[in-house]
Amino acid sequence: MDLENQKRVKEFTEQYGPENVVVLLGAADGEAAGLAAETVTNGDPTYAGPLTGVQLGLAVYHVVEPEVKAEFDDAVYDEQVSMMEMVLDVDDIINEMTSIRDQYCKF
Amino acid sequence: MSILAGKKCVVIGDRDGIPGEAISACAASAGAEVIFSSTECFV
Amino acid sequence: MNSVIKGVGYVLAHTPDMVIENGTTQTTERIVNPESEYLKELPNHLRSFDEALAYWPNQVYIGNKTPMELAEIEQPWYDKACDETSRYGAYGQMMPEDEFILLMQACDVFDLVKLERGFVSAHKDALAQNPVIDESIMARIVEGVDASEIEQLIADDHAERICFGGELVGCVKPAHDIDVNLSAEIMLENIVEKASSVLSLLSLVHNTGIAKDEIEYVIDCSEEACGDMNQRGGGNFAKAAAEIAGLTAATGSDVRGFCAAPTHALVEAAALVASGAYKTVAVTAGGCTAKLGMNGKDHVKKGLPILEDMVAGLAVLVTVNDGVNPEIDLSVLGRHTVGTGSAPQVVIGSLVYDPLERAGLKVTDVDYFSPELQNPDITKFAGAGDVPASNYKMIGALGVKRGELERTQLADFVSQHGFVGWAPTQGHIPSGVPSIGYARDAMLAGDMERVMIIGKGSLFLGRMTNLFDGVSVLIKRNEGVQDEAAGVSETEVKSMIAKAMREFAATLIEQAE
Repeated sequence: MDLENQKRVKEFTEQYGPENVVVLLGAADGEAAGLAAETVTNGDPTYAGPLTGVQLGLAVYHVVEPEVKAEFDDAVYDEQVSMMEMVLDVDDIINEMTSIRDQYCKF
Repeated sequence: MSILAGKKCVVIGDRDGIPGEAISACAASAGAEVIFSSTECFV
Repeated sequence: MNSVIKGVGYVLAHTPDMVIENGTTQTTERIVNPESEYLKELPNHLRSFDEALAYWPNQVYIGNKTPMELAEIEQPWYDKACDETSRYGAYGQMMPEDEFILLMQACDVFDLVKLERGFVSAHKDALAQNPVIDESIMARIVEGVDASEIEQLIADDHAERICFGGELVGCVKPAHDIDVNLSAEIMLENIVEKASSVLSLLSLVHNTGIAKDEIEYVIDCSEEACGDMNQRGGGNFAKAAAEIAGLTAATGSDVRGFCAAPTHALVEAAALVASGAYKTVAVTAGGCTAKLGMNGKDHVKKGLPILEDMVAGLAVLVTVNDGVNPEIDLSVLGRHTVGTGSAPQVVIGSLVYDPLERAGLKVTDVDYFSPELQNPDITKFAGAGDVPASNYKMIGALGVKRGELERTQLADFVSQHGFVGWAPTQGHIPSGVPSIGYARDAMLAGDMERVMIIGKGSLFLGRMTNLFDGVSVLIKRNEGVQDEAAGVSETEVKSMIAKAMREFAATLIEQAE
């Protein structure tokens, strides 16, 4: 994850408390989604950014995952995202995200 | 219990996946407050 | 009338030392993690020039192999040597790093590039033998300085290192003591852009056979910025490169728009020619040192070579309609406007379906869509997926949503209407335009009717707007009608017909009398 984005995630978590922050991702594939999710839960796996070794354990979802999709306004999701379900490997994304949440998510 | 309603939402979109703005619109529709929205680029 | 594409120049410079010295992934790592395993491991993953020559996507870029041939090769490609290994191709060439360093010095007009005397004498002949390098370029190469002077400039004057084969062979001096816009780092980046743009323009002239003084306007569409503290990004790379390339009759300017810039520039060039403002316009872009090894951490971690080791350049020549070359059809322009929004479906709608609908065309009327042509060897291993394939899927998926395609046709649409990607991830370089060389050849041979060039830009990276950007234009086979500026004019034809009619009428009157 971009170093500046890591910094902002860290700052917002300190400001609002980790239990109040949810991260939503739009990564292009499962692996990238998993890496971003790992960064905001278990720390930056590339050891480059401000979240290196910082275990925030934040709630994190990819925007195409059913748990969050169920909460979106259907019309908004349909207009903004739905087409991409035909483009992205949704199952792969769900598997990677679920695995990271099961291991590292605290909220 | 809802995941998004009433929460502070940080959006990390992807230029070649779903861009930040599109995710923000969805999050707001679920009652989350989007406090940061960004789009990453790997190319 | 529509303007036409008279030819292209596509070049690559193999720059493994610049990956280490100048790529921002590496320069950042040296700051935040100087003892990292990645930095230690990186040199073991650099490719030799011969390996770069035998890399399939590179051979497609310079025109020795077609995108269709590449599509037949099973991915990944990095471990499959191409049977074609020539450094020269139909569209341009691959230049080794020693020649490129000398070309950088030839492009420096402020005595900033200092090369070691022995390096210059050992490698100068190689550059002189390059078919696109003429005496005017060679005359700009200076003898060089002692190694001690280079070491001193680096130690005391913040000069940037220039290495070859891991050895220090030169440096770029800062152009100002205080102004960060003229720092050695920026000057090196800008001189690399200029040098690769010059090589692209020289290749364009070589390939098209156009007289240098026929080119009237040059548009640079790279991603660098040159200027000082009072006008950061003032420009003008276009004119600077045109000067070195010997385009004495040309003026020019820079167009910026992140990765979308080459497509914007192509549309602007076509419009300049179609309007009659200029007869011949060259679009050019050099490459970018910052992006070298950008995804290197992923590549090293997965045991791949560093595939982002090529500085790329491109040039396209746009002229008045000659009745032969492919036309740039300005009546089919896709535009992502301020009000369009960033949802992928509205982006694709604005760039693909809206312009086609306005022109009365269906999505299947376009033989090939040429969006961002990033090489999937590079992006798939770095978590960015296969960018061109995603674009075709998006185009097809929106077609399904709109009812123009059946869902079952989606996979076929992707393989039948899309190119595989072969362009290095040099930002603006993959932006649709690398396919123009192949598409032009196919259209001249009568094998292709239409290709849509699509550029997309991540404007938000500049932190000035959250907007996305995109632009598209249709290129089509020539309808066979010459523009007046290219041959007999419409006015001339009209006056000839009028004269014949008058003479005919006079004969009739005579007969009547």
